[in-house]
Amino acid sequence: SVIGVRFQVAAALQEGRVTPAELCQRCLSLIKSTKFLNAYITVAEETALKQAEESERRYRRGQPLGVLDGIPVAVKDNFNTAGIETTCASNMLKGYISPYNATVVQKLLDQGAVLLGKTNLDEFAMGSGSTDGVFGPVRNPWSYSRQYKEKSVPKSHSEDKESNWVITGGSSGGSAAAVSSFTCFAALGSDTGGSTRNPAAHCGVVGLKPTYGLISRHGLIPLVNSMDVPGILTRCVDDAAVLLGSLAGHDPKDSTTIQDNFKPFELPNLTDVSKLSIGIPKEYHAPGLSSEILALWSKAADLFKNSGAKVIEVSLPHTRYSIVCYHVLCTAEVASNMARFDGLEYGHRSDMNRSTESMYAATRREGFNDVVRGRILSGNYFLLKQNYENYFIKAQKVRRLIANDFVKVFQSGVDILLTPTTLSDAVPYMEFIKEDNRTRSAQDDILTQAANMAGLPAISVPTALSERGLPVGLQFIGRSFQEKQLLTVAKWFENQVKFPMIQLEEVKRHNHDVFQHQKSASFS
Amino acid sequence: QEVTVDMLDHLEQLALVDFRDAEGVARLQKAIQFADQLHEVNTDGVEPMDSVLEDRCLYLREDDVTEGNCTKELLKNAREKVEEYFVAPPGNIPLPKLEERETFLQGF
Repeated sequence: SVIGVRFQVAAALQEGRVTPAELCQRCLSLIKSTKFLNAYITVAEETALKQAEESERRYRRGQPLGVLDGIPVAVKDNFNTAGIETTCASNMLKGYISPYNATVVQKLLDQGAVLLGKTNLDEFAMGSGSTDGVFGPVRNPWSYSRQYKEKSVPKSHSEDKESNWVITGGSSGGSAAAVSSFTCFAALGSDTGGSTRNPAAHCGVVGLKPTYGLISRHGLIPLVNSMDVPGILTRCVDDAAVLLGSLAGHDPKDSTTIQDNFKPFELPNLTDVSKLSIGIPKEYHAPGLSSEILALWSKAADLFKNSGAKVIEVSLPHTRYSIVCYHVLCTAEVASNMARFDGLEYGHRSDMNRSTESMYAATRREGFNDVVRGRILSGNYFLLKQNYENYFIKAQKVRRLIANDFVKVFQSGVDILLTPTTLSDAVPYMEFIKEDNRTRSAQDDILTQAANMAGLPAISVPTALSERGLPVGLQFIGRSFQEKQLLTVAKWFENQVKFPMIQLEEVKRHNHDVFQHQKSASFS
Repeated sequence: QEVTVDMLDHLEQLALVDFRDAEGVARLQKAIQFADQLHEVNTDGVEPMDSVLEDRCLYLREDDVTEGNCTKELLKNAREKVEEYFVAPPGNIPLPKLEERETFLQGF
């Protein structure tokens, strides 16, 4: 149960029941024994231990920097981290050592968090499986859980148990897997079309996409500047609120962050939902939605209704165009953003030396995978003079219609929208790779993408296990900058559903003593 | 929408990225087909949306230098450099034409 797990590890650190160095060591050794998950690209063992020691000194002096002091965290490998390789899971940036920290990374470090390492993703965050990076796919920890193994029936004696593993979803799959397998207490992801919420749902963790403009993107290697946001992955909603509190706020280095004063908040324990109005957008009953998830969504709506909330069906008529719109806007912005990779100042550089143009072309031919190249070429097509009006501008107009759909619904008195996060539970890797990346992304992003289009905050909360023993999450979408209300409702829901803890052999073996009485081992 | 070899060649030159094989070309064709669904939507009288924050003023800093002097740091990541310069091959040489270029499109 996740009830009452606040102030657990942080309290343990404060009371000296565990030291930051011990905590760090345990996470590092758990990372080693869960290496088969391929969640981490780089493990920054030395620097992490040093940070842990510094944290320990602060605790001994009785001067911890805050709740995050000594807490091990992981960061998706598309955030710049000074002195640590940042690859975006691409050959283009293999060996690239960031000369600076992304603002969100700096904020975590300034509060004493211990950076364990960089997590795996789809190359340049393009994808919904965390399968298309140069370091290989990430495996969903639930593939190895007792819950999944109990439900899976081997087709034959010789069938390799290993080939049954399921994907994490993406593109922040490494971060989701890291949090899900207890190798860290929180992780940063990014979310452009659902890349934090999708893997959160598949890995049974909380995935928060904040309002666009709330958290700085400085140092986050951009995919779509008008939609990207840093994402937060944690094991419970309270932890997400703590992370949000330490990361949100205006950054002079990112002019797209709003200047409003942001006040970190603690989540109240909501008991009375009778004043809430929950909207159920009918278009989210999308083709391909599994009957299982449909049933869970319905059950959740009933849960709110039976607890006194007003639950009404609403319509977001342009929902089905959100994926097409995203496809055009994303590829267009990608075409522009990827232009910086030319081998001259950083990253891979080809040996071709005949001319700048041919060097750039060769470098990019060698450095980018098919998915990235495909999006660059498509984007350039849509941006051609003869296509600009019909595709790019047209997509921008459709974007406004999508955003307006939400405005109308929220203006009509709805506080929060409740939708599924994914169409089904996690599919086996062997099945996932049968379709190409673009097709998969188009299918998988359908329920999450519109929130990015409109810039709204959204959170995926682990809800229940599927028939196959895999996590299913439900999504809440809130009004712009109303994260407190969004997270308050999400926390209430989390307390109602009591999502089970993953039963992983490796975690039990490592026997985190400090987690004996904490079912979900959150830190706040 | 027909995609001609000239168009593909033009895109390769603009993007400085290659189609690589028939699959790459097919990928573009599918992408265009997919995007064409946009034309089903009536957008008469609708203004294009650049940013969800369009109702707010962009923040502009004071024009003061607050960072810099990190030449060594920045040069560390470059492969070819001489003193404080990034070294590029000669410029002003256009990419070879389709017939002379090593591209899949040659046989297309």
